[in-house]
Amino acid sequence: MNAPPAVSIQASHALGAAFIFKKALISALVALVLFSLMIGVRTEAGPTGQLIYWTRFGDLAAMVATVFGGSIVVELLRQWWGPVGTIRVVPTNVKSALALARRGIAPVLLIFTFLVPVIFYDQRYILDLGILVLTYVMLGWGLNVVVGLAGLLDLGYVAFYAVGAYSYALLATNFGLSFWICLPLAGILAALWGVMLGFPVLRLRGDYLAIVTLAFGEIIRLVIINWQSLTGGPNGVSGIPRPTMFGIPLTPGDDGLAAKLGIEFSPTHRIVFLFYLILALALLTNWVTIRLRRLPIGRAWEALREDEVACRALGINTTTTKLTAFATGAMFGGFAGAFFATRQGFISPESFTFQESALVLAIVVLGGMGSQLGVALAALAMIGGFELFRGLEQYRMLVFGIAMVLLMIWRPRGLIGHRAPTVFLERSQAISSDLVKEGHG
Amino acid sequence: MSGDHILSVDRLSMRFGGIVAVNDLSFGAERRKITALIGPNGAGKTTVFNCITGFYKPTSGTMQLTHDDGRAIRLERLNDFRISKQAKVARTFQNIRLFPGMTALENLMVAQHNALMRASGLTFLGLIGAPSWRSAEQHAIDLARTWLERVGLVDRADEAAGNLPYGDQRRLEIARAMCTEPALLCLDEPAAGLNARESASLSELLLSIRAGQGTSILLIEHDMSVVMEISDHVVVMDYGVKIAEGTPQQVRDDPKVIAAYLGTDEEEAIAVMESGT
Repeated sequence: MNAPPAVSIQASHALGAAFIFKKALISALVALVLFSLMIGVRTEAGPTGQLIYWTRFGDLAAMVATVFGGSIVVELLRQWWGPVGTIRVVPTNVKSALALARRGIAPVLLIFTFLVPVIFYDQRYILDLGILVLTYVMLGWGLNVVVGLAGLLDLGYVAFYAVGAYSYALLATNFGLSFWICLPLAGILAALWGVMLGFPVLRLRGDYLAIVTLAFGEIIRLVIINWQSLTGGPNGVSGIPRPTMFGIPLTPGDDGLAAKLGIEFSPTHRIVFLFYLILALALLTNWVTIRLRRLPIGRAWEALREDEVACRALGINTTTTKLTAFATGAMFGGFAGAFFATRQGFISPESFTFQESALVLAIVVLGGMGSQLGVALAALAMIGGFELFRGLEQYRMLVFGIAMVLLMIWRPRGLIGHRAPTVFLERSQAISSDLVKEGHG
Repeated sequence: MSGDHILSVDRLSMRFGGIVAVNDLSFGAERRKITALIGPNGAGKTTVFNCITGFYKPTSGTMQLTHDDGRAIRLERLNDFRISKQAKVARTFQNIRLFPGMTALENLMVAQHNALMRASGLTFLGLIGAPSWRSAEQHAIDLARTWLERVGLVDRADEAAGNLPYGDQRRLEIARAMCTEPALLCLDEPAAGLNARESASLSELLLSIRAGQGTSILLIEHDMSVVMEISDHVVVMDYGVKIAEGTPQQVRDDPKVIAAYLGTDEEEAIAVMESGT
C-alpha cells in the first residue's frame, strides 16, 4: 500500500517549478478576467441619476497578484501534503494514542457534560448555551435515525419539532396538562405526523424525497401561522407553563422546590433542572437509537440504506420499515419540541423555519451519517463553535464557512465516517466509510 | 407435466410495451430437484425470475407454488416482499446485491428479519432486552454462523461484505438467501465470473443444499459445466419462448438448442423454428 504514493510524490516533484508556475499563471488569468469588471471598474449612480464610473487598476493588480501568489502557495502545500487519500505512515505509538483518544472521547464528554452545571453554576450564559447545544444534539440524534440509518433525506425535520412544541404548548395552556403527561403525547403526535409524511413520500427517492419533505416542513409552518384560532398565528403561544420537578414547581413560593428543601431560592435552579432534563432526554434518544440499531428493525433501516431491492428480495416490508424510521425520528423531534416550548415559555412560528431543518441536517452530515458520537461532536462544533466566533462579528459566517469547507475536504464523510457493526462473531471491526452507502432517499 | 412440482408456471407472458420478453411460457420445477433455466442472452430468463420473485407483475399467466404441506400459493397475486415472506421464495441477483457496508454476519442477520421481528415482539420486547429475544437473537447468530461455515466464510464474518472478493460475495449472497429458510431458491447466474475451481465448489454447495435442506433450486446459468453437472431438469428458452426441456443429456443433443446457442444457416434456422412451433 505504501509504494505507489511514494512514486507519485516523486513524479509530482519532477513536474517541478514549471508546472506550478503554469498553474498559477492560469489562475491569475482567470482572476483577471473575473475581477476586471467586478473590481477594476467601479460604477455608481450620480446625484442626478447619471452613471459615474472610475477605474481601480491598482486594486485589480493587487487581487490578481494575490491569486497568483496564493496559487503557488496552495500548489506547494499540496505537494508537501502528498496526494489526497494517501495512507500515511503514522508511528505506532501515535496511532495507539489516537485510538485511545477515540475510545476515551465519549465517556470524557459524557462526564464533562454531567459536571457542566457544577463547574459553571454561576455562569448563566454557559448553562444556556449548554442547553441549546444539548437540544441540537437531541435533534441531531433524532434526525440521524431517518437520514443516517435509513438513508432517507429529510429536509423538513423542523416540522416535527414544531408539532412537539405546539402540542405541549396548546395542551398545557388549554387543558392544563402537566409537562410529564404532555411529553409522551407530544412525541406520539409528532410520530403520527411522521407517518403521515411518510405515506405520500414512500415511492419517492433522492432529490424528490428531499423536496417533498422540505415542502412538508413549510406546510406545517404555514398552517401554524394561518390557523389563528388554534395556534395564535404569528403571535405564537405565550404563558406556557414551566416544567415542574415531578409536580414540585421550581418557583420562589412556599410550595416551591427551594422552600421544600429549605434552601434559598435561585433562578439558576430552574436552568440546572432544564439542563439535566434535556441531557436525560438526549441520552434517552441515544440509548434507544443504539438499542434499535441492534434490533431487526434497525438492521432493516441500514439494509434499506444499502440496497432497497435486496431488502425486498429478503422479505422485508420496505413500507413499514420506512414509516417506522420516519415515526421514530419524528418522535424524538417531538420530545425536543416539547422541551423547547417549556424552556422558552413562548413559541411562535419564527422558531420553526427551514433554517432549523438545514442546521440539524448539517449537524448530522458533518458528524458522519449514522455515528452517534459524530453527531454530538458536530452539534457542539456547530452551535458552540458559532458562539465561540461571536467576537469576530461580521466575519463569523466567513470563518464558519471556511471551517466547514476545510472539514469537508479532509473528512468528506463527516467527523466520524466509519460504521461500527451491530453484531460480530470474533471481533468488531469498523467499516470504512467508502463502503457504506448514503442511501438514495 | 408429471411429478411433484413445487413451482408450476403456466402460460406466463410478460410484455414491456410492444416488446414481448416472455411469451406463453409453461414449465415446472420439481420438488427437491435442481431445475436450470438456460438460453442465449436476451432470451427472457431474468424476466421469468423477476416475475416469479415478484419484481414484475406478469402480463398474463399463472405461477403456482405448492409447499410441502400441500398449501398452494399463487405467486402472481403477491407483491414484492410477500413472495419471500409468505411464499418462501428466495433469490440472488445477476449483479450481486449484498449490503456492502454491513458485515457478512450482518447480511445474514438482515435475511432473518421476519423471524427476528416476531421474536423481538415488533421491537418492543427487544428494546427492553427480554430473555426470549436474547435467545432468539443467539439462535439467529448460530444459524448465520452455520451458513458462513457452509460457504467457507466464517473467518471473514466480521468483514464488510463489500470488501470480500467476488467469489466470496457470490457465495455469501447464496448463504443470505438460504438464511430466509426458503422452499424455493432462485439463483440468477450464480457461477458468473467464477473460475473453474470456484464453480466446482459452487456446484458442490448447491448439491449439498438440495440434499441437506431439501430446498428446491431454480437457476439461470450460462456455465454449462455447472448446468450439466448438477441439474436434474433443464428448460431452454430463446426469444421468450421455451424451445426445449428435459434432462441435461436430452437438452444437449437437441438440434434446436444447438441452433439457438451456436446459430445456423438462415434456412436451417427457419426449418428448426417451424418444426419447433
